[in-house]
Amino acid sequence: MEATYNYKVVRQFAIMTVVWGIVGMLVGVILAAQLIWPTLTEALGPLAPYLSYGRIRPLHTNAVIFAFGGSALFATSLYVVQRTCQTRLLSDGLASFVFWGWQLVILLAAISLPMGLTTGKEYAELEWPIDLLITVVWVAYAVLFLGTIIIRKTKHIYVANWFFGAYIITIALLHLVNSAELPWALAGGSWLKSYSAYAGVHDAMVQWWYGHNAVGFFLTTAFLGMMYYFVPKQAGRPIFSYRLSIVHFWALNFIYMWAGPHHLLYTALPDWVQSLGMVFSLMLIAPSWGGMLNGIMTLSGAWHKLRTDPILKFLITALSFYGMSTFEGPMMSVKTVNALSHYTEWNIAHVHSGSLGWVAMISIGSLYHLIPRLFGREEMHSVKLINVHFWWSTIGVVLYIAAMWIAGVAQGLMWRATNADGTLTYSFAQSVAAMYPFYTIRLIGGVMFFAGMLLMAYNVWKTVAAGKAVNDARIPEAVAA
Amino acid sequence: MDVGTLSSVVTVLFFLLFIAILWWVFKRDNKQKFEDAGNLPFQEDAEGAGKRRTD
Repeated sequence: MEATYNYKVVRQFAIMTVVWGIVGMLVGVILAAQLIWPTLTEALGPLAPYLSYGRIRPLHTNAVIFAFGGSALFATSLYVVQRTCQTRLLSDGLASFVFWGWQLVILLAAISLPMGLTTGKEYAELEWPIDLLITVVWVAYAVLFLGTIIIRKTKHIYVANWFFGAYIITIALLHLVNSAELPWALAGGSWLKSYSAYAGVHDAMVQWWYGHNAVGFFLTTAFLGMMYYFVPKQAGRPIFSYRLSIVHFWALNFIYMWAGPHHLLYTALPDWVQSLGMVFSLMLIAPSWGGMLNGIMTLSGAWHKLRTDPILKFLITALSFYGMSTFEGPMMSVKTVNALSHYTEWNIAHVHSGSLGWVAMISIGSLYHLIPRLFGREEMHSVKLINVHFWWSTIGVVLYIAAMWIAGVAQGLMWRATNADGTLTYSFAQSVAAMYPFYTIRLIGGVMFFAGMLLMAYNVWKTVAAGKAVNDARIPEAVAA
Repeated sequence: MDVGTLSSVVTVLFFLLFIAILWWVFKRDNKQKFEDAGNLPFQEDAEGAGKRRTD
């Protein structure tokens, strides 16, 4: 066993996080523009079908969640597990396989989705050959991560690793169950088309059991793992309450699994399942806010650091957005609120307050902490630019979600408005026309967030150019935990 | 036992397990152990020694 850490795979994933973040968010900006100017990409002639809204919408979600978010999680989880277990990764070969395998998955997604090859399952659109590849790469990742925990030099397994571990195991389970599908080739059809193994309302329930837990375990639990390492490190003090973090972990795991039905309120799903989903969603406020307060209170007694350290600003603002969206989510799962909010732009506001505000900001903050350490620098090339990036992102998110909140509520109210004789007050086209100003504000917010990522790319480029890849970070002598 | 009864039993068992976790976490004897665990991210580098919580 070499007495150094494996930083290569962390570096690879960290750089690709920035690259995929830019790609995924650019696609998002194009989509936002298409909603204002629906014929925007038609001028591209033969290319137009590949860039039509219906095809690049799943490209956007897959790119930001699994390429950007996924790379950020691979980078940070593989860094944190080594540092807190004080041991090198189980296998360098396996680490390379996970990196290149995941990049291949992303590449195949970027080709197949614009071609219109899709299962039609949200966040699980990729066709069965890619699903099989994901399974192989994910198992390799699980062996790599959990194997590293097994060979750890410390006695205790640090809480961040518990969160990462739960995410890896749960995503494996979700992917296997939801992707159960029959290739059409078995019946003499295409090799690139499959049908779900489930039918009707069962298919819907399995899909949203998957969909919500992808939010719960990919976009929440895993990024909380990131939070439990990088917030204490950047603040220079241990987590506010380690005991609360354990309660947070188990409460989240016990409750999250059952919240999925809130995506299917007022559908053919049995009513008791809908109520169950709503109640479990409401209970989720407790662990979510426990975790948020635990993160923010870590700064207790050191609040002044927020004034001068833009990385901490990113991390703490991310936690604030996490608190906001985990309050909003349970509210939206209340049946009466959902009757207004469902199928409206309010959902888009909620999703982006979680994904841009929480997921992207905690990742960006963590990367600004991580990248100098991977390239032998004290700090990023320009701390000032981090601050500019912070403000562009924050203003961008706020513009985005405020516009979509107003749009969503207006949309919901217009759809349900009836005249005295029972006819609808507004036609559907009228509710679409009412969206234009809000779509425009959303585009401005989205462009600001995207521009922030370009600033980050420049800053990372300069940091890497002035630095030198660290391959000899020594593992300290084992200490008794 | 039908599926409904079985899932009720499992739910109650999980609830009791959660209570047991709470008891274990907040047991006075374990206080120091968990505080040490919270310092794990700072034991990795020598310069972190000064930043450790000492109370």
